[in-house]
Amino acid sequence: MLYTLLCYNDEAVTTAWTAEEDAAVMARLDGVHRKWASRFKPMIRLMPTSAATTLRKKEKLVLDGPYAETKEQLLGFYVVDVPSLEDALTIARELAEANPGGAYEIRPIMLYIPDGSAVEHGPHT
Amino acid sequence: MAHIPDSSWLEAKLTGARPRAVAALLRYFRDLDLAEEAYQEACLRALKTWPKNGPPRDCASWLIMVGRNVALDHVRKRSKLTPLSLEDALPEPDDAEPEIAARLDAIDYRDDILRLLFICCHPELPATQQIALALRIVSGLTVKQIAHAFLVNERAMEQRITRAKARIAQANVPFESPTPDEHSERFDAVAAMIYLVFNEGYTDAHPKSERAGFCGEAIRLARLLLRMFPAEPEMMGLLALMLLQHSRRDARFDDSGAPILLDDQDRTRWDQRAIAEALAMLDKAMRHRRPGPYQIQAAIAAMHARAPRPEETDWAGIEQLYAALERHTPSPVITLNRAVAVSKLHGAQAALDLIEPLVEPLEGYFYFHGLRGALLERLARHAEAREAFGRAIALANTPAEAMHIRQHLDRLQSAEKSL
Repeated sequence: MLYTLLCYNDEAVTTAWTAEEDAAVMARLDGVHRKWASRFKPMIRLMPTSAATTLRKKEKLVLDGPYAETKEQLLGFYVVDVPSLEDALTIARELAEANPGGAYEIRPIMLYIPDGSAVEHGPHT
Repeated sequence: MAHIPDSSWLEAKLTGARPRAVAALLRYFRDLDLAEEAYQEACLRALKTWPKNGPPRDCASWLIMVGRNVALDHVRKRSKLTPLSLEDALPEPDDAEPEIAARLDAIDYRDDILRLLFICCHPELPATQQIALALRIVSGLTVKQIAHAFLVNERAMEQRITRAKARIAQANVPFESPTPDEHSERFDAVAAMIYLVFNEGYTDAHPKSERAGFCGEAIRLARLLLRMFPAEPEMMGLLALMLLQHSRRDARFDDSGAPILLDDQDRTRWDQRAIAEALAMLDKAMRHRRPGPYQIQAAIAAMHARAPRPEETDWAGIEQLYAALERHTPSPVITLNRAVAVSKLHGAQAALDLIEPLVEPLEGYFYFHGLRGALLERLARHAEAREAFGRAIALANTPAEAMHIRQHLDRLQSAEKSL
């Protein structure tokens, strides 16, 4: 069975980390990543929500910032490789046509590791 | 039960919650000292109880409630001791309670934080006091840390901050929600103050110096404001600009601490993560089609960040962006920067023609004479170049700047010898 583990934390706290604290957290995580390397599929760290843009499907409205409503639930996600935010929005709009209701939050990715084998034998982060 | 690995984690929680908590306490007490005191008290309680019970779900709200109650207690005790003197200053505590609750319920954190930052950039305060105040009150640095960074003793810094606070107390900052006009005025002032904090850390500060941390603080404040006001393209531009400048921190100085020029930096040492975030911010900002000085400056910095090697720099694009910046905020310093792009595109003579009219406004400006000397040198007008370099050395702000010009002079001398 494939599962996703969605990571939640208080951004006011994580963006207050110093570079050293950030690196220490990443090093601790790296230990776990290595231990379960054969089990890990893509590993992704997102950019802060200040970098997010949201497409509200119903109004076809593009808004700055993350999707903050609590009425809807997270049902899935895509990872797309495109040259700009505008291209990501084009795809999101087509998806919205195919599946109306709710919203897409478009958030750039800060760190992308395709799967566990990339960390298993690689250098320590 | 939450497991807390070490106290630095707790500290990060407190640091993260600080701006929101102090801002809300300030709205309640309408007095900077009282708000800070209340926050400190709340932190002391947090340090006692959080390691035992685990941190609350919403740290800032916890600190606001506890800080408010503790400070109210103090006020009550004080008012019992000196009942007469406080009559005018404070309402009866019992009467005040419902009002407090209402104020806390109707909380608009956004205005609170903006107000807290706005207070620090009062126009009567000189830049250094604005920076010191913001670092003390919003970021929560200790007076000792700030004094150290500014190379003054602790008592002098304490006095400076006290004076700044006194000035603010007299200034009567309005606590009503700002009108749209006031909002944009506050926003501009706050953006300028954040960039001041950044530059205090960036300008000639070695990455290992005390002041280098200011850059990270400024970036954190910009992110915080963007979380509250997500649709401000100039704040996106400012964040992008700071991220791009900060991305070069490990490449800007050699081992001896001397600065390395952009063209000579090892670009593999630029922080790609910061660059990626900056480019994403800029992409977002451009969608608004409301360009401003921070967005344009960020776009210029992005041109450099996108070039894998200096030779691949899009100087035509940079020249256009500087021209746009000149139209937006005309300034001889911007023209001087455009001249650098012009020299790369059309040669030294074209650039020299562009900067000759700037002699008067930039007479006392190190970079003007430095660039003029370099252009004259390239045109083989050696005597004039030497004179310009001489002026530059006299105006150098740091030994490193002077050393850089001296290298030019040495090169000039050996070029003449070989003729």
